[in-house]
Amino acid sequence: MTLIKETDYGTPIRLSARMVTLSIDGQEITVPEGTSIMRAAMELGTKIPKLCATDSLEAFGSCRLCAVEIEGRRGTPASCTTPVESGLKVWTQTGKLSKLRRNIMELYISDHPLDCLTCAANGDCELQDMAGVVGLREVRYGFAGENHLDAAKDESNPYFTFDASKCIVCSRCVRACEEVQGTFALTIDSRGFASTVSAGQKEDFLGSECVSCGACVQACPTATLMEKTVIEAGQPEHSVVTTCAYCGVGCSFKAEMRGTEVVRMTPYKDGEANHGHSCVKGRFAWGYATHKDRITKPMIREKITDPWREVSWEEAIGHAANEFKRIQAKYGKGAVGGITSSRCTNEETYLVQKLIRAGFGVNNVDTCARVCHSPTGYGLSQTFGTSAGTQNFDSVREADVIMVIGANPTDGHPVFASHMKKRLRQGAKLIVVDPRRIDLVKSAHIKADYHLPLRPGTNVAIINAMAHVIVTEGLVDEAYVAERCDKMEFDRWRAFVAEERNSPEALEQYTGVPAADVRGAARLYAGVKNAAIYYGLGVTEHSQGSTMVMGMANLAMATGHVGHVGAGVNPLRGQNNVQGSCDMGSFPHELPGYRHISTDDVREQFNQAWGVTLDPEPGLRIPNMLDAAIDGSFKGIYIQGEDIAQSDPNIKHVTAGLAAMECVVVQDIFLNETANYAHVFLPGTTFLEKDGTFTNAERRINRVRRAVPPAPGYADWEVTMMLSNALGYPMHYNHPSEIMDEIAALTPTFKNVSYALLEEKGSVQWPCNDAAPEGTPTMHIGKFVRGKGRFMITEFVPTEEKVGPRFPLLLTTGRILSQYNVGAQTRRTHNVAWHPEDVLEIHPHDAEQRGIREGDNVSVMSRVGETTLKAVISERMQPGVVYTTFHHVGTGANVITTDFSDWATNCPEYKVTAVEVRLSNMQSEWQRDYALFRDAARRINRAAE
Amino acid sequence: MSNDHAGGSDTLVRMANQIADFFQGYPEAEGVEGVATHIRKFWDPRMRRGIFAHLAAGGAGLKPLARTALEKLAAEQPHLKESA
Repeated sequence: MTLIKETDYGTPIRLSARMVTLSIDGQEITVPEGTSIMRAAMELGTKIPKLCATDSLEAFGSCRLCAVEIEGRRGTPASCTTPVESGLKVWTQTGKLSKLRRNIMELYISDHPLDCLTCAANGDCELQDMAGVVGLREVRYGFAGENHLDAAKDESNPYFTFDASKCIVCSRCVRACEEVQGTFALTIDSRGFASTVSAGQKEDFLGSECVSCGACVQACPTATLMEKTVIEAGQPEHSVVTTCAYCGVGCSFKAEMRGTEVVRMTPYKDGEANHGHSCVKGRFAWGYATHKDRITKPMIREKITDPWREVSWEEAIGHAANEFKRIQAKYGKGAVGGITSSRCTNEETYLVQKLIRAGFGVNNVDTCARVCHSPTGYGLSQTFGTSAGTQNFDSVREADVIMVIGANPTDGHPVFASHMKKRLRQGAKLIVVDPRRIDLVKSAHIKADYHLPLRPGTNVAIINAMAHVIVTEGLVDEAYVAERCDKMEFDRWRAFVAEERNSPEALEQYTGVPAADVRGAARLYAGVKNAAIYYGLGVTEHSQGSTMVMGMANLAMATGHVGHVGAGVNPLRGQNNVQGSCDMGSFPHELPGYRHISTDDVREQFNQAWGVTLDPEPGLRIPNMLDAAIDGSFKGIYIQGEDIAQSDPNIKHVTAGLAAMECVVVQDIFLNETANYAHVFLPGTTFLEKDGTFTNAERRINRVRRAVPPAPGYADWEVTMMLSNALGYPMHYNHPSEIMDEIAALTPTFKNVSYALLEEKGSVQWPCNDAAPEGTPTMHIGKFVRGKGRFMITEFVPTEEKVGPRFPLLLTTGRILSQYNVGAQTRRTHNVAWHPEDVLEIHPHDAEQRGIREGDNVSVMSRVGETTLKAVISERMQPGVVYTTFHHVGTGANVITTDFSDWATNCPEYKVTAVEVRLSNMQSEWQRDYALFRDAARRINRAAE
Repeated sequence: MSNDHAGGSDTLVRMANQIADFFQGYPEAEGVEGVATHIRKFWDPRMRRGIFAHLAAGGAGLKPLARTALEKLAAEQPHLKESA
């Protein structure tokens, strides 16, 4: 294995139908019009010296090192800023250029520490490289004059340092922050010799608006911005390309290694989802993989009040299998089930659902998509015919209007948000539908054309009101609808939304959004060629989550915004493999590829392949399993990589269900909260230890490659296999690629997927089969998967969760940039520097009414629970709405959320909980009790070494 | 098992009524079919058994569309009707 170094072409690629031919150093080259001379030269393999240029950034032309000579032209133009022209004769190496470049380098080095041998960037420094390239042999100026050698070092950021003494003020970091990340946190302060890179208003990096995406560190050509892990460990010697295990963007990374130690994670330029960009989580927050809390030995216990006992793999697997068999013999086959993980690979997930269906002989299998995007699956399947987003991420580059509904991409999907913001800076219009004033509403160089700050729980009213405008103002794309959609269903829907009760004016009483704004937004969305909807859990986690998904699909079909680049209905998936875990048959009613378990011919294929007779009836969903446990008919569960005791709503109900079971098997990397109720703990692996595939929000199947050996000794798929074998259902796979081969053989949309294809292409988007051998970036081109697009009636039904005298505020929950889901990973990294605890955001008006000041402890009470946390006064909230996150254990945000859920899928209504907030000076009873229980439940009797 | 329902009857009634709320926007026959099909396709048999038992006991709290659909479904699936 070697260290992968991607080619830097110096300036970005240009796409043009017009091609230009020129000569560089006597060699002819033909490139698209608009290409720089520097890039054209690199296409030939000719490296023109450079410092301020890199191909992720627009040319800047400040270092002058890339000067060239062009026959017939005066001077020495910068090759980075000079576009190619037909017939040019360019020379990159002449005596004149050599002298010029050497002089430039001499000036740079005259104000640069000469500590190359002890510098952290030694061997990976473009300044050092260029000194060698131009043949710099002496610096005539000495260090006696004014210089920056004693400039202070900023070490405030937990992940990287800023050493101003090594800065050559090339502005690559500033431009990366602007062009790549879109945060505009960095600037060049002062002028001339006094110029310095500054984070914000001369703040340190940690205190500034910097979001630690790492783009500046990536762009820096010297040791000025440097990862602390590299400073500590030294330069990496090999790298492994893999896929990030945080959000559903699915960024490709190079795990840069020294032996089996990860030195740094750098975004992979050829990654189709991220194109070389990253966020603070994927780039830096991987230290949890070696955190001291990792559990690497199997453990069992008789009762959850007992301490854990470390045992051999054989004993743990044997005990789990015997318990499941005992429970099924005593209580019936249907008394057990399992939960697959959206953090695990497709292969691992497929195997768990196979174990449950074929090994346990039941369909009681579910996945965490139950609590996030299950309405997406249902809604898009009903309207379009398939349970997935319609576009690839790059599609946003051609969107004229972007409508973001119930999503906060700059926090939840930051790398895609950067791509989106780039398009917005180019002039695309923006509609934000969100109760909160999220960053996209107004931030550096971004301003939403419409922000519709609806009351939580009224999404369907808003989408119906927009549809009303489109239908009654003649904005329907009649030709598209006539050709592509079911006429009867459309006519019925048109009549429904045209009713006056669905007008923006009539619905304003529910939504709180001025009708004129709804009308304006609808006209904007309908009035362009390419309009794209991007949405998140603010859509799905409602009692009408599925209705809203269908409402958005209706809107997109009515305006012809499905089936071409720049448009579509796009779910921003929460976890890395939510799409994949759903694809793999994790829902109790469907087999891999979204085929209902009751479909005889489909089930028969699996019967044949798996050698069993599958139950044709759907199994229990997660909340139904917990209900059944409390009712006494569900007694055992195998949970891989999920933490329902923290992530799921109404925790007291969840834990009552878990506590009622006789065998809970948890397979995870840490003793998570669910493990507090477990009887068997099977140590799992991090993404760095996995081999397999993840499927991101754009249906892209990406390889996950093992960078370090599995800490517990076995890969997760091997553990599932051992458990299955112990249960008496044999599984024999030698490598995850064999599992993927089985998936492909049984799943029409994966028919052509193989590890060989993934090695060849890098990644593919399903459907990938005979009709689309290399995958499908855009779905529903020419025809919907279901045939004719189906409009659904989306009656607005207000949630049963209502505010009243006892609970007058609405709580809505979400997540923030630096933390991820239940925080099991990110809480065990330096990301806690940005978010050490969950807080309650409350509007100044609501706070004042209750005498609450910034930082006060407040009690938040709903009809199901109470917790105490700190208040933060924020105008991001509208009056009457409060907000918190669920990243920290002690906060117990989900003690408050209720078990109300989506009508079609049981996806919990996290986004709407009626609460009251009061000043408090103590933790809630649940917090006190749980802390005591938690400590007792996590005791471990270590085995002798 | 004395209470083999995967959710108390209150939960099942609320779920059935929510499904009926969605299909209320459709002509009655389609609505009945929609509710029945949804419950048949997505509810585990023990949940259906539970709601059928509740229906047999009078079906308190069920909205008319939910009740009609469940009566139809129960007639189609007599093996899930409880004697208790």
